[in-house]
Amino acid sequence: MAEAASAAPAAHRTIGHERTPTQIFLREFRRNRGAVVGTVLFAILILLVIFAPYVTRFDPVEPNYAARFSPPTAEHWFGTDRNGRDIFTRVVYGGRISLLVGVVAVAIGSILGTVFGLISGFYGGVIDNALMRFMDFVLAMPGILLAITIVFALGPSLVNVMIAVGFSTMPQYARVVRASVLSAKQLPYVEAARAAGAGDGAVMGRHILPNVFAPVLVLATLGLGSAVLSVAALSFLGLGAAPPTPEWGLLISDGRGVLRRSWWVATFPGLAIMVTVLAVNLIGDGLRDALDPRLRGQV
Amino acid sequence: MIGYVVNRTLAAVVVVFGVSSLVFFMLHLLPGDAVTIMLSEFGASAVEEQQLREQLGLTDPILVQYGRFLANAVQGDFGTSLFSRRPVLPQIFEQLPKTLELAVAATIVGVLFGAFFGITAAVMRNTWWDSISMLISLLALSMPNFWLGLIFIFVFSLNLGWFPVQGSDTLWHVVLPAFALGLSFAGLLARLFRSTMLEVLGQDFVRTARAKGVAEPSVINRHALKNALIPIVTVIGINFGFLLGGSVIIEIVFARQGIGNLIIKAIFAHDFYLVQGGIIVTAALFVLVNLIVDLTYGILDPRISYA
Repeated sequence: MAEAASAAPAAHRTIGHERTPTQIFLREFRRNRGAVVGTVLFAILILLVIFAPYVTRFDPVEPNYAARFSPPTAEHWFGTDRNGRDIFTRVVYGGRISLLVGVVAVAIGSILGTVFGLISGFYGGVIDNALMRFMDFVLAMPGILLAITIVFALGPSLVNVMIAVGFSTMPQYARVVRASVLSAKQLPYVEAARAAGAGDGAVMGRHILPNVFAPVLVLATLGLGSAVLSVAALSFLGLGAAPPTPEWGLLISDGRGVLRRSWWVATFPGLAIMVTVLAVNLIGDGLRDALDPRLRGQV
Repeated sequence: MIGYVVNRTLAAVVVVFGVSSLVFFMLHLLPGDAVTIMLSEFGASAVEEQQLREQLGLTDPILVQYGRFLANAVQGDFGTSLFSRRPVLPQIFEQLPKTLELAVAATIVGVLFGAFFGITAAVMRNTWWDSISMLISLLALSMPNFWLGLIFIFVFSLNLGWFPVQGSDTLWHVVLPAFALGLSFAGLLARLFRSTMLEVLGQDFVRTARAKGVAEPSVINRHALKNALIPIVTVIGINFGFLLGGSVIIEIVFARQGIGNLIIKAIFAHDFYLVQGGIIVTAALFVLVNLIVDLTYGILDPRISYA
């Protein structure tokens, strides 16, 4: 608001061209240098991961004992591990797994959380109370500990890691969605929809759900960063991906045993995680500032 | 005041009860059957397994088991480890001091670095220092803490020899783990310190202080900082869980004693009751810390009423 006022003469010129919320959002987002850098970084990562077979000529899993423990060279950019596998190749293919698992975990958490938050905020009363107390109990456990509990119960595997990480992030979404629903419910057009004879499902889906889109998108983007970190942590502990899967957390765990003689085995997968999470966080911060500045300080 | 303390304490007890129930049902009802794996791991034949099941009461209906679990838990009995044959709770409490030592040390690292970068960034808003501080904070937040721990071990222990590689015997052993765990916390706190500080700096009483000629350092220290600290205390409490969760994995990296190490080893040994007890005690600890934060909140901020 303050920016618009101080840039009044310029605003007069541009306002005519920017009418849709999408255009306003794009302008805000592009102004944020961090968000642009994050988007470019993330786009590069996605391209590397998709075109992995063209980016590297090595195999991520097949051992090559002739090239064991090679330090970073022109041939092997990130060096090789105890089986002579190219670390760069394993990091790039590992990105496929780590990003996919992270995205699915976020999808599970955000969809479950949105559904529960919608129901809780829309119906209120006993349902609301019961659901929110349940969310309080889930939130009372440190996230990674809750995920460890679920993986212990279900058995170690990447699929169970997705479920565990998704479930442990659900309450955040439920709370934010519930709050948005409570304020949207009061709006005149929702009342109008009701008066026009719309049922619960139609009011929730068509009139209230669009209001929760922005906060959920912001939370989900920032949540992808922490999901990638949690998934890597669980795999590092031996509760997720199984060898020889090139998953980032598992790659770091591989490097732990040979840290003294080959620092590169653990270092590069960690850098890959850091760059990914950094890119996602930059995008998330930009989305938050452009879409929903009220969330600043909360997420 | 007493009413407030009683209310908050009762609420905390309810949450501990809820979390314990949640953990019980997750471990007993989710498919995967951790108990069966434990019994087979224990090397029991089919007949022995059936005997053990009956002996442990696992053949009873789930609600009966739940009732028994609650009745025992209230008396401090979380079962007996099938492997060490010792009650679970004393084993957990033995490990508690080392985990607390790490969590407190990491909190100190987090608060010191977080406050430094966050407050200086807010005071020098929109300068290069602000940008650098926030970039460093974001980098710290984006690093896997277990990876940072390995890098620290490689640089400071294996190469420079300044710190022990692993273990938890002395205070010297806690330095690297505390930094590995505390720096991401510092990143989080720096961002929060900055936004809280900016909010306070924009308020009327700060403008008044400046208008009446109070020197800038005094405005920052006496007027703004004191008010910015209050929400930060809550944030530290809420994120203490972040540190407790992180300590699980940091304890593994540095082969430190502690609850996290105990839980992870118990998981791989399929020591069901030890895992269940360890998780519940850690969650209860988190609730307790938040209760303490809630209660001290009133002391820090006299404006809070205890109605």
